[in-house]
Amino acid sequence: MNAFWHHLAFDFRTGVRNKQLLLMNYLFPLGFYLMMGFIMAAINPPFRQEIIPAMTVFAILAATLLGIPDPLVNARENGIFRSYKVNGVPSISILIIPALTTVLHLLIVTAVVVSTAPWLFDAPLPDNWLNFALIVGATACACSGLSVLIGVVSPSSRMTVLWSQLVFVPSMLLGGMMLPYSMLPAGAGRIAQLLPTTHAMNAFHGLAMGWAADFSAWGSVGVLAASGVIALALGVFLFSWDNRNTTRRGHPALAWLVLLPYILGALLFA
Amino acid sequence: MNTALVDVRELTKTYGDFVAVDSISFEVKQGEIIGLLGPNGAGKTSTLECLEGLRRPDRGRLRVAGVDPVGETRKLRNLIGVQLQTSGLPESITPDEAIRLFCAYHNVAPRLDLLDRLGLGERRSAQFYQLSTGQQRRLALALAIAHRPQVLILDEPTAGLDVATRVELHAMMRELQSGGATIIMATHDMAEAEQMSDRVAILLQGKIVHTGTPIEITATGAGLTKISVRTLAGNLALSLGGFPAVSHQVTKGEYSIYYSSDIGVTVPAIITQIAAQGDSLVDLRVERPSLEDRFLEITDPGGER
Repeated sequence: MNAFWHHLAFDFRTGVRNKQLLLMNYLFPLGFYLMMGFIMAAINPPFRQEIIPAMTVFAILAATLLGIPDPLVNARENGIFRSYKVNGVPSISILIIPALTTVLHLLIVTAVVVSTAPWLFDAPLPDNWLNFALIVGATACACSGLSVLIGVVSPSSRMTVLWSQLVFVPSMLLGGMMLPYSMLPAGAGRIAQLLPTTHAMNAFHGLAMGWAADFSAWGSVGVLAASGVIALALGVFLFSWDNRNTTRRGHPALAWLVLLPYILGALLFA
Repeated sequence: MNTALVDVRELTKTYGDFVAVDSISFEVKQGEIIGLLGPNGAGKTSTLECLEGLRRPDRGRLRVAGVDPVGETRKLRNLIGVQLQTSGLPESITPDEAIRLFCAYHNVAPRLDLLDRLGLGERRSAQFYQLSTGQQRRLALALAIAHRPQVLILDEPTAGLDVATRVELHAMMRELQSGGATIIMATHDMAEAEQMSDRVAILLQGKIVHTGTPIEITATGAGLTKISVRTLAGNLALSLGGFPAVSHQVTKGEYSIYYSSDIGVTVPAIITQIAAQGDSLVDLRVERPSLEDRFLEITDPGGER
């Protein structure tokens, strides 16, 4: 346990010390929050209502999908995992600790958003803080799990960017942060249900902000939590220590199983 | 020194059709330092990586400090220390953090004293990417020995190190050895192998082609011993008669240099000749063929196998 805390503390400091992670964890989400708050709220005043859930989800999305996979791939390519292995660092720590420290950074960003949005942009606060915290946790679990899985199965940095963007861009466009889910055409709505952000926004609306959810809000929390757990489990299962030693316990295509909770959610709750 | 702490039996490692290690067997006793020598691609690193549990052998039986590196990797980690050929650490980690982190995983108190001994004391708060290559190698070494392993596996331990750090590393290896540690070292540095190893094993194309003490290895070759002689009057250089067991001779400055296959007969003959000429011996040096000479002889495609 002592080793785990040492590792966690070191990794947390890295999130501030490393310029790329500092950008993804803090500067990008907070900069985007301020920009959206000042511009979108002026152009589209109803957006003020969405600022806290939307920018919280954005912070989670940016820090996890853009911040976690690439360092994992780089660490594998640069022999860092090999050094870890010969020194007894278990693979589960290598995968879980970056996810946990990212969540810690996210909580700080979320606290900044929640504490400044009401007086900067006249944004409403959640009316159920416990559910708000639960949904932040479930969304962080889903997105960090997915990010770890992308880092594990991506064969190179270039592919990591591709996979991350494959989730990030649709999430931004269809995930309920820019456009409400209810305004999407039926086909786009189906695709949106495969995205963690759609479920996060739906759960925030129904359980934390006191509005109507578009579909089962607790179902969305379940989908997020289940997909996070499945993604982390798949990440640990498919983990490989180095690029030269490509022996894996399973085919990387198994990573697609992470979509299972979203598909079930789309069938059950739509 | 009698217990075999590392036991390798018919180890084979292949990559596709390429046989990197071809059914090799050797053992290393407790407290022994063994040097693995061989040209690039000979199978040294693959052998070490199988012992470290980083690669799964295709065939063979391995025991390192009593455990199976394939099936008991968790036990193995606290028993062995490994310095990899390329030291990879997160670019933002400091030497201080690295020592604390890995010592915590080995469940031992952090050995920060090693940073001072390896000349990293003043760089303990620098980030890994800010360290020079030599400093990164030294840190990797400190991490390998911080938990006082029973078996230390070093892959090119002194590559990129300056002379002072090499001397310090060798002193530490001796210290670990005197504490009972077994050391397996792959190196291209023949002088280091000759100086540090109790035994060396020379690998070629995945097979061990020679094994023994450095003296045994050099003694078995066709290498000639170099005898350099300087006399007061310099008459020896003018002597036309050949000496027994000498294959050829050259003159270099005031020295006459003879290459002998049997110094037992050549040296007395030289001394007798000097006395017979009424000359006086000023200097006589005998240089045995080095491990490097023997290594080149063995690994030369036209040489002995």
